Amino acid sequence: MSIRVLNSGDTALVVEFGDRIDRAISDRVLALRGRVDAARIPGVVETVPTFRSLMVHYDPLTVRAAELTGTLKTLLEGAKALDRVRRLWRVPVCYEAELAPDLADVAARTRLGPDEVVRLHSSVRYHVYMVGFLPGYPYMGDLPAPLRLPRRADPRVRVPPGSVAIATAMTAIYPVECPGGWHLIGTTPIGIFDTATEPPALFAPGDAVEFEPIDRATFDRLQVRTAHGEHRPLPSELVP
Amino acid sequence: MSGALVVLAPGLHTTIQDRGRFGYQAFGVPVSGALDAECLEIANRLAGNAPETPALEMLYQGPTLEVETDSVRVAIAGAGAEIELLGASNRRLGGWRSITLARGERFRVQGLAAACAYLTVSGGMAVAPVLGSASTFARGGFGGWHGRALQAGDRLPLGRDSAEERGELALPDPPGPGLDRPIRLVLGPQQDHFAEAALDTLLTAEFTVSQQADRMGLRLDGPTLPHRGDYNIVSDGIATGAIQVPGSGQPILLLADHQTTGGYPKIATVISADLPLVGRRRPGDRVRFAAVGIAEAERLRRAERAALDALLAKVTPLRAEGRLDLDRLFGANLISGVVFDNP
Repeated sequence: MSIRVLNSGDTALVVEFGDRIDRAISDRVLALRGRVDAARIPGVVETVPTFRSLMVHYDPLTVRAAELTGTLKTLLEGAKALDRVRRLWRVPVCYEAELAPDLADVAARTRLGPDEVVRLHSSVRYHVYMVGFLPGYPYMGDLPAPLRLPRRADPRVRVPPGSVAIATAMTAIYPVECPGGWHLIGTTPIGIFDTATEPPALFAPGDAVEFEPIDRATFDRLQVRTAHGEHRPLPSELVP
Repeated sequence: MSGALVVLAPGLHTTIQDRGRFGYQAFGVPVSGALDAECLEIANRLAGNAPETPALEMLYQGPTLEVETDSVRVAIAGAGAEIELLGASNRRLGGWRSITLARGERFRVQGLAAACAYLTVSGGMAVAPVLGSASTFARGGFGGWHGRALQAGDRLPLGRDSAEERGELALPDPPGPGLDRPIRLVLGPQQDHFAEAALDTLLTAEFTVSQQADRMGLRLDGPTLPHRGDYNIVSDGIATGAIQVPGSGQPILLLADHQTTGGYPKIATVISADLPLVGRRRPGDRVRFAAVGIAEAERLRRAERAALDALLAKVTPLRAEGRLDLDRLFGANLISGVVFDNP
């Protein structure tokens, strides 16, 4: 599929790289985002990367669509791959039953034991494709193939914050209490969205994330420290 | 304790809004901000404030407030919206104007003839910005007044203890809300996900704003807009004004608090010049659409800005000169709190 630049009204352009969830597409989206942000184009308000496209929000009183489209096309040349340092987060997750309400169900439906579900979920390094749906909600992939399930038939009215969830090829963490239809297989004691910090979300599109199983005692200790503002994880750097 | 406006009755959904919260959509944080940026700017001009000063956005029904400071100048903008002074001196003081109120005076905003109107305070409210904006994002629980709509008993702190000594301002011949004007849109970004008939329907049919209307969006009743194929798309970004169509075929026009990304095709996007017209529509109001090209949309936005500037330039001191306007004269005297009310 060739790259398309689409109008979304007179305040946004969509640079569309594909129509599917694909790591190579995401890398191109994020590479373009890096170049657009670095170019500080007059009139560009902000950029929003998604699985398959980059949305460029702009002020139509400052820059016109035709001109901005031309600028973006110029920036597209050479923006082939993600060539920047990525942040790697190691996220502690307690997968014990009382903090993992759907683990047994997922284990049954995937015909894997709970231990194997946990081992698989925490065995890979995930890529943050995008943050959306809710403030701070990271769409991370790709989930190991044996763990992929459709969303729950009956979404929950309330999912507790910190819930680690899976659905289709994605895993995510619920930043706040909200309704949700994904399978809850663990809980992290760390906070991932706080308007008092800059930026407010722990994860940004393009980050790498690994999950580290912890026991309940460790969870409780980290949760208390998080509540007191004493524990905020720091990322390490992944050099390309 | 600093001066305040005390909320006696909150109205239906009264929130603090400014122009919005920019720069955080990549973290899933919606822009929020005033549904009707034109009226926000007019209210602030009437109050002598900078155009982006946070104001109270009143949805459908205004609040009742009490002055708990030496004096405060407020200004109101929005179709039909009037300030009504309560108590012994009960009197309607009109809209599209500023007015200075004294300690202990109670007033309410009534008569809204559009979905929203704005009440702003000279010198602003003492509300700390969150992520660079005072706009309330109620679903996320942050911004504005404790991240929520006003409630009875709230005490909104003011930036200033007493009103500056100067005359009041008014906007003569204010514009109508334009509830019957067609809403102009640019097709896309996903118009190719729809059958040709759906595009025809969008541009010829009449829709009605349903009861499912809030700051996130307006669900429109009317004919359905059939998709060409699958109604799920891989999520992409959303611009304010986008018209997304879920599986039901019933379009949803997305407003200030919309999610930053979404997985339904967007058949068209309302042009920025017409977003205030959309923000003013209430459940039951009719909506017709007309398509324009992007260059025309840009021309219309510049024309809208010029028209708003011309309107702002018409804001004039409220004086009892020439044609004697008793209502305004009484209002102007009353506001100093001297002539009628103080014993």
